[in-house]
Amino acid sequence: MANHLVSKLPKGNWNITVVDQYKTHYYQPGFLFLPFDIYTTKQVKKKGKKFIPKGVNYINEKIELILPEENQVTLENGAVLPYDILIVATGTKIAPDEVEGMDGPEWYKSIFDFYTYEGAKALRNKLREWEGGKLVVHISEMPIKCPVAPLEFAFLADSYFKHKGMRDKVDITFVTPLDGAFTKPKATEALHYLLEEKGIKEVTNFNIERVDYEHNKIIDYADTEVEYDLLVTVPTNMGDALLERSGLGDDLNYIPTHKATLQSKAHENIFAIGDATNLPASKAGSVAHFEAEILTDNILRFIDGKELKEEFDGHANCFIETGGGKALLIDFNYTHEPVEGTFPFPGVGPLKLLKESRTNHMGKMAFRWIYWNMLIKGIHIPFVSATMSEKGKHYEEVQ
Amino acid sequence: MKKVIANKEIDVNEEGYLVDFKQWDKEIGECLAGECEIVLTERHWEVIGYIHEKYEKEEPLSIRGIKKSGVINVKEFYSLFPGGPLKKATLIAGIPKPKSCI
Repeated sequence: MANHLVSKLPKGNWNITVVDQYKTHYYQPGFLFLPFDIYTTKQVKKKGKKFIPKGVNYINEKIELILPEENQVTLENGAVLPYDILIVATGTKIAPDEVEGMDGPEWYKSIFDFYTYEGAKALRNKLREWEGGKLVVHISEMPIKCPVAPLEFAFLADSYFKHKGMRDKVDITFVTPLDGAFTKPKATEALHYLLEEKGIKEVTNFNIERVDYEHNKIIDYADTEVEYDLLVTVPTNMGDALLERSGLGDDLNYIPTHKATLQSKAHENIFAIGDATNLPASKAGSVAHFEAEILTDNILRFIDGKELKEEFDGHANCFIETGGGKALLIDFNYTHEPVEGTFPFPGVGPLKLLKESRTNHMGKMAFRWIYWNMLIKGIHIPFVSATMSEKGKHYEEVQ
Repeated sequence: MKKVIANKEIDVNEEGYLVDFKQWDKEIGECLAGECEIVLTERHWEVIGYIHEKYEKEEPLSIRGIKKSGVINVKEFYSLFPGGPLKKATLIAGIPKPKSCI
């Protein structure tokens, strides 16, 4: 947003300040590859400062409170920053303490997450020496960041153990609170074979109550038990505690946001972007990228006293690794589920939607470069619009 | 696809979930519950009321949310809607089932 706005706002009239409590900026999609030694730690982190454009102030400090009535932000070091417009981009974090027994004595010993740098790295070290057994890949509750990542993890684990010649020693089970690993009709139809082909078992409608780390099992509210030797879980995802402290969050600390304009529901000069919102869109980097283009327009309209554009349609575009050097691509929004077709050029591709291909995998690998060099810098990706295009997609005609 | 329930024609998806919440009413809820072999009691309606409230606010439903709701505890939720309570409760309440992006 800073990159977008610095070039569009009249210089001299506006001061843009980015407040970031962290010095390191992580390439979070890379956390999926770190446990399998596909990416190195160096490939997924850079100094945040590097991406701050000229003319923008950068403060490396934790925010104590947002005071919306006073239009102020107070920092932990006591400094007070007044604002005319506030953009909240505090993301989402894992909260393993929400489930009894999860972050107890076995955390990072036999129970891991891969949604943090620390978790992904600890899991990498564990997998390097693990001799096999029951691997359980588990989602605690929805919504989570990058909803397909756990499934990708299960697929990559299958490849990883095959490659190490020990797939027969590993039993992989995918445990989800939803009613399937795939939950939408078209995706289920097109992709369920992947689970069968890779010998991944599914346990569905599993709403975790606690982890019994002494007996290596997870237990749900219906008293269903799943045993594990290695539990790779996606803990409850929650927004930053700052939003709770400031009275701006819902019960998961996400900021109630108008889904088409990205303006917060409670305060007209506060806007939200990315995982920090409560939008019913995917919590994915592509969503934040598309939102940024629309939010930039809306901030400029807000400044000019014009009505905001109700333009954001929930557009998301995600590569899904399926292992063995292949990947899928999905493109969808609030109202359209992922379907088969070609992308970004209708009828041409070169990427195929909802189908496994090596080209899609190359797309996913190229994405790291695109992220560091284009997305953060706010550069538009050619031929990919902020709102979803229906061209080249196989939607059934509405009867 | 179309489906006739409680003498009314409604639009549902492949899994029987209502496509348009505006078509829902209590009578339809009762018939959908009947298809799940559930007879709705006052407790069920309190839970359905809570689910509608969350839906209107566009807040995602989760078991943890139910736990914190103050309306019902999780064990009772399971006993009211046996086997996949969120899945069944949302079907009866006429809103989309909790889902992922694929």
